[in-house]
Amino acid sequence: MKLALGFRHGVHPPEEKELSNGLRIRRMPYPDELVLPLRQHAGKPAKLCVRVGDHVERGDTLAEADGFVSVPIHASAAGVVAAVELWPHPDGTMAEAVRIRVDRFAPQVPRPRLVPRWEGLSPDDVVRAVQQAGVVGLGGAAFPTHVKLRPPPDFAVHTLIINGAECEPYLTSDHRTMAEYPDRVMFGIRVMMHTLGVRRCVVGIERNKPDAIAAMRGAVPADLPVEILPLTVKYPQGAEKMLIHAVTGVEVPSGKLPAAVGVIVQNVGSVAAIAEVFETGLPLIERIVTVSGHGLRRPANLIVPVGTKLRDLLAFCDGVTPDAAEVIIGGPMMGLAQANLDAPVIKGTTGVVVLAQRETRGARTYPCIHCGRCLDACPVFLNPSRLGDLARVDRYEEMAELHLADCMLCGSCAFVCPSNIPLAQLFLASKAALKRLQAGAAATAGTPQAAAA
Amino acid sequence: MADASPSGPALVVTASPHVKAPDSTPRIMWHVVASLVPVVASGAWFFGVSALLVIAAATLGAVLAELILGKRGSLADGSAVITGLLLGLCLPAGMPMWMAALGGFFGISIGKLLYGGLGQNVFNPALIGRAFLQAAFPVAITTWPTASRGFWTLRGDNFALPFMQASTDALTSATPLGLMKFEAKGTPLRDLVIGTTGGSLGETAAIVILLGGAYLAWRDYLNWRTPVSILLAVAAFATLLHAVNPRYPDAPFMLFSGGLVLGAVYMATDMVTSPVTNGGRWLFGVGIGVLVVVIRLWGGLPEGVMYAILIMNAAVPFIDRVTQPRVFGTQRSFRL
Repeated sequence: MKLALGFRHGVHPPEEKELSNGLRIRRMPYPDELVLPLRQHAGKPAKLCVRVGDHVERGDTLAEADGFVSVPIHASAAGVVAAVELWPHPDGTMAEAVRIRVDRFAPQVPRPRLVPRWEGLSPDDVVRAVQQAGVVGLGGAAFPTHVKLRPPPDFAVHTLIINGAECEPYLTSDHRTMAEYPDRVMFGIRVMMHTLGVRRCVVGIERNKPDAIAAMRGAVPADLPVEILPLTVKYPQGAEKMLIHAVTGVEVPSGKLPAAVGVIVQNVGSVAAIAEVFETGLPLIERIVTVSGHGLRRPANLIVPVGTKLRDLLAFCDGVTPDAAEVIIGGPMMGLAQANLDAPVIKGTTGVVVLAQRETRGARTYPCIHCGRCLDACPVFLNPSRLGDLARVDRYEEMAELHLADCMLCGSCAFVCPSNIPLAQLFLASKAALKRLQAGAAATAGTPQAAAA
Repeated sequence: MADASPSGPALVVTASPHVKAPDSTPRIMWHVVASLVPVVASGAWFFGVSALLVIAAATLGAVLAELILGKRGSLADGSAVITGLLLGLCLPAGMPMWMAALGGFFGISIGKLLYGGLGQNVFNPALIGRAFLQAAFPVAITTWPTASRGFWTLRGDNFALPFMQASTDALTSATPLGLMKFEAKGTPLRDLVIGTTGGSLGETAAIVILLGGAYLAWRDYLNWRTPVSILLAVAAFATLLHAVNPRYPDAPFMLFSGGLVLGAVYMATDMVTSPVTNGGRWLFGVGIGVLVVVIRLWGGLPEGVMYAILIMNAAVPFIDRVTQPRVFGTQRSFRL
């Protein structure tokens, strides 16, 4: 067995996993209404193909993929399309969404396969089936999975890395998936290895999940060359470049894709989702969500229909405590704080964390005293102190020279900053500002990214 | 179903990350203040009530400047108190209080607030205050009272009125560096380490200062690379010179005499005025160490720590620029 693997720098936020890492995955009942935004993935939003008043069955297509880097959206439950309108999106904007009034008396039972069986499919057929099933990366970024299954032909991909690090505090959905459904993960790995034509697969799991490591080790099929690799517990161990470095010892060159070093990384939840669509024949219409936090009465790991409103999800967990202050979609390091609990769970929602008042960042900030802790925290060795100084005076081109583009907004610098400077926020805004500058004056007028930043 | 909306006035919506490590800038500053308490106590032990009077006056001057001229509430971050304490610690115990207070006021107002306050200044404000006093009152700042006498005996005319001739009935002694430089006399190492020598009121007890620094380094409130590199550079340079020509003092004497330990542990490590990169801290420390030895041995002054640190403070932006860490996934590139 290899020794503890990790990367230099990084931080150790309180893990808080014990709130939910021992809870079995349960199914949440259908809420009365589901809201499905057309933009749930990186790439082009899906194209609407239903009308108000249409009756839809569970798994029916509501919106079709618009091009290769796009996936369709499917109905998570049988019901009637009540409206198509702008609705609060987890990213903080208003986005076009399909509202479905769930038919409470529909059987919601399996139906004829919508996704073909895997056996005998060619790699191209698998890519097409995965796209039609609406599978995206379930680790948060929601990058369409089928795109990763077809890397650019000029790269020789030799290793598939499965990301089971789950380094965000509180989140345990990948942990529970590996502990409870290791065979499903292995089936997903088999499909991916077949499609990519790779001979090597490594599953990286942080050492704080011994039961998941044991379950995955026990589930490796005899004919599949899968290695289970325990990793150092450190944030952001699950960042793609950090994980690749831990597994292969190679740094992905700045500005390049993992495929440039012959690697494809896929998150555990996404691999399980690939397996699930081929097993059940249903598209991706539900996902495993960790609902946790010291501001929540009853934490849980739940199978949640995509489109369930946060309000309904929190209510199912017995609601929030009196000192609850902040509701986050994703983890507390990189997740998005929600202003409106009508925002739905979407495909990329790894968890919903309710922080108590005492856990939230204070509003008080101090000047940068150049203590250098951010430099010791940054996993990609940037100088956040300097970048923060430059961001405050709008010197974006200089920031670009200091490799702003390599910042992945992991938030390690802001986490350790004793002056409570919102460095990650400054860098997000600077990236957007830089994009506007580079696009020129013509493209300056209100892009959604600019508004979000 | 239970009510799902938080009962507070509104949801908190902040940018990620939503959680933060517990340390804060005021907490770091006040820990530095706390770690200076034993150093202040050692000053009082050797130089009696005069030491406390001088430290109090310097601190009061610094605090007043921050209060009157600083941003509202900036006193609470603790940095002005550190400046005042450090200035007081590097003054002679017989110094008139009004001079110490003026030095503190000057250090904070000209040395820090003029640049924009905490985090903006180029030079260590305590040393700016001391440099001002050195220029303005060269006699008072080099009148070194003897260490061991009764606690309540004043070591000089602490209560002299501003700009009046200070009475000169104080019992004075030379500092080990002064003895070395002007009379070519040595001082026992034991006296240097414990602090029973002439000198500034807080710089003589090297052992107490080192313990305070070790505590801060353990709490990660002080980066150990700076003091270690300074002390190593002084030791290496002094050893080399001593080997070439035994007329030069050896490393232990150079390390534990004068204000080197106080400067290395508490002055050079000021985060604002020292490099932000770890590589830069080594470079910064070596630069200070070399300058200290050069000024002590060949300069016009017996002590060189203050100017060594101030000179290297000026070089910090350059040092930071040439010691940028190599970004992940790139080749190292030096940019001058």
